[in-house]
Amino acid sequence: MSTAVTGDAPAAPAPSVVPAAGATVRSRTGEHLDALRAGGPDRAGRAALVGYLPVGFPTVPGSVDAVRAMVDAGVDVVELGMPYSDPVMDGPLIQRAVEAALAGGTKVRDTLAAVEATADAGAPVLVMTYWNLVLRYGVDAFARDLAAAGGAGLITPDLVPDEAGEWLAASDAHGLDRVFLVAPSSSPQRLASTAAASRGFVYAASTMGVTGERASVGTGAEGLVAQTRAAGAARVCVGLGVSTGEQAAQVAAFADGVIVGSALVRALTDAATPAAGITALQGVVAGLAAGVRGAHRPAGGAA
Amino acid sequence: MTPHGTATPVRDGRPTPEGSPAGAGADVPTTPPSAASTPVRATGPLATQTGPYFGDFGGRYVPEALIAALDELDAAYHEARDDPSFQAELARLHATYTGRPNPLTEVPRFAAHVSPGVRVFLKREDLNHTGSHKINNVLGQALLVKRMGKTRVIAETGAGQHGVATATAAALLDLECVVYMGEEDTQRQALNVARMQLLGATVVPVTTGSRTLKDAINEALRDWVASVDRTHYLLGTVTGPHPFPEMVRDFHSVIGEEARAQVLDITGGLPDAVLACVGGGSNAMGIFNAFLDEPGVRLFGFEAGGHGISSGLHAARFSGGSPGVLQGTRSYVLQDEDGQTRASHSVSAGLDYPSVGPEHAWLHEIGRVDYRPVTDAEAMQAFRLLCRTEGIIPAIESAHALAGALAVGPELLAAGRPDGGEPVLVINLSGRGDKDVATAAAWFDLIDDEERLHAGEGEQL
Repeated sequence: MSTAVTGDAPAAPAPSVVPAAGATVRSRTGEHLDALRAGGPDRAGRAALVGYLPVGFPTVPGSVDAVRAMVDAGVDVVELGMPYSDPVMDGPLIQRAVEAALAGGTKVRDTLAAVEATADAGAPVLVMTYWNLVLRYGVDAFARDLAAAGGAGLITPDLVPDEAGEWLAASDAHGLDRVFLVAPSSSPQRLASTAAASRGFVYAASTMGVTGERASVGTGAEGLVAQTRAAGAARVCVGLGVSTGEQAAQVAAFADGVIVGSALVRALTDAATPAAGITALQGVVAGLAAGVRGAHRPAGGAA
Repeated sequence: MTPHGTATPVRDGRPTPEGSPAGAGADVPTTPPSAASTPVRATGPLATQTGPYFGDFGGRYVPEALIAALDELDAAYHEARDDPSFQAELARLHATYTGRPNPLTEVPRFAAHVSPGVRVFLKREDLNHTGSHKINNVLGQALLVKRMGKTRVIAETGAGQHGVATATAAALLDLECVVYMGEEDTQRQALNVARMQLLGATVVPVTTGSRTLKDAINEALRDWVASVDRTHYLLGTVTGPHPFPEMVRDFHSVIGEEARAQVLDITGGLPDAVLACVGGGSNAMGIFNAFLDEPGVRLFGFEAGGHGISSGLHAARFSGGSPGVLQGTRSYVLQDEDGQTRASHSVSAGLDYPSVGPEHAWLHEIGRVDYRPVTDAEAMQAFRLLCRTEGIIPAIESAHALAGALAVGPELLAAGRPDGGEPVLVINLSGRGDKDVATAAAWFDLIDDEERLHAGEGEQL
């Protein structure tokens, strides 16, 4: 689309996503989701519960305790938020928790330490990060250090595959999952290119909006999951606005995973003490975990 | 795959060396391919660069939810750009509503302070309806909104200039208008809040983060993600995701086109230097664009140096920032070692932003534009000087360009002209200072604190 010519760096062609060379890279998150979906002799197959908490809230050690507690209470995959000064995809609740984490001095290296401290809790740990933090650290260096810490990959809310050349290469080199987002506004072409670039799962935004609790999950979520699968995604998890066990059950009936953030963060922000926060968090997680276990899935629903 | 061009190695987020030579010629021995600072050389016309990328900079670092709207905007903009009826309507509004062309004013009494023996001209964007260059872009985008069939516009504003311009265009074209403004800025610029409300806009004070322009943009982006099917984000400067940097530059390029014709008409030649202040950088891109491909015209961009670069309290991205991504685009960013955005500081709200348009980042890296910081104190001295020598009260933003002229005037005089004539400087006077009277009065101790509190209600009118 460019009429201009740049000398020794020819204008990049309109970015088109190179299909992931993921065939040779195993997906830890994907394998975990597949195992949950397959079930076993003594347990029915089900969708995963993906739980978000930010590092550094209320403190760095406190957030590690909270992550381990939520895994104990039934979270299957951890989405560990790396605090950033300008979180444009987050609503007020998570914004304020993250602001508090930054005000408390939380650093990028604390996230890597928190990954290391939670990686053995029993759930793959994905770091959710806005892109500048990784860019500043160095994309390959961050991937290397995340892998060394035991992390499973990244969820990147402000990085679309079109801009992700370095990350696609680094995640292949270091065996990491890369979770990109799709939205109700995504065209069929973009669903396909995003599905091709993702590894682990595709994050389907249930609604047009930012994170936060909502009275109901977007009515288009089920259709978006179906379209994303049709576009080639192996696994699709749904986030934005899921906060209750009932909503979790509803989403678990059609998605591979249910992503919950604000409701978990609220358990911590509303608590009088860190200990009370952990107790409240485990209560919320228990309700959500019951939801994903109670969901009615169509027979042979492991499509 | 790298979107930044095949020859550009990965940058590690550290600042590139300052002052690297401008687009070193192809016959110069090149640095090894691994050198991270190899500038991208431009061999085609600089003025017609299109997005998404300007060298290493630009792109679309936004949530996927916005990509469809950006694609739609990109298509609608390029279709409109090539549509004579769209251009005719915009030209009609420029002529009958904004008051274009505005004059190019020679300012000899001010020039005597710049350097005896230079001629100084001001491009009078301050005389536009609503008081600054902002209206050029706002009218262009608002017409585009009508074309796209959307009914609601949102905007961010710092000092209030862009918010007022957007509210104006929304009233003119019957669009619902919501303006996000940092809570701190709503207090500093209470009069502009009232202006926007008079024009029918809703002003939303933003209480998160640093409560200034950066946070207003975050909030506008959050609104847009949730409302994009009927809402256009009327971004006010040459930053953000593609196509904003290219489109906003194009809507402001009328500034440079007029100035070029006017200076040719008056002096018979091109100027030796063109100077502008650079916040996000829209007025600067607007006037630079017509001169980018004239190697004999030196271009200077003046950033807010605040209390000085060494103080850390400034908004000089090219002196104290480094490449990074903020709010949709890859450019130069004020950031800490972790990549967290650092707070900017300037006496001028319109320059108080931690990033800058990606095309400026590219023009900096190839050395086409010389970006320098101007401190608060230097800007305020130049502000007063223009008031007293020429009877023009400039916006404090624009006063940074005036101060820049005072600094580079002697250099330009020493460099001389090939024909031995007097060096000619064109300064973009991007806005008028009505909004800044309270700030200036306080700066120069013309009013006491009690009066200053009330100045926003009376003095500024």
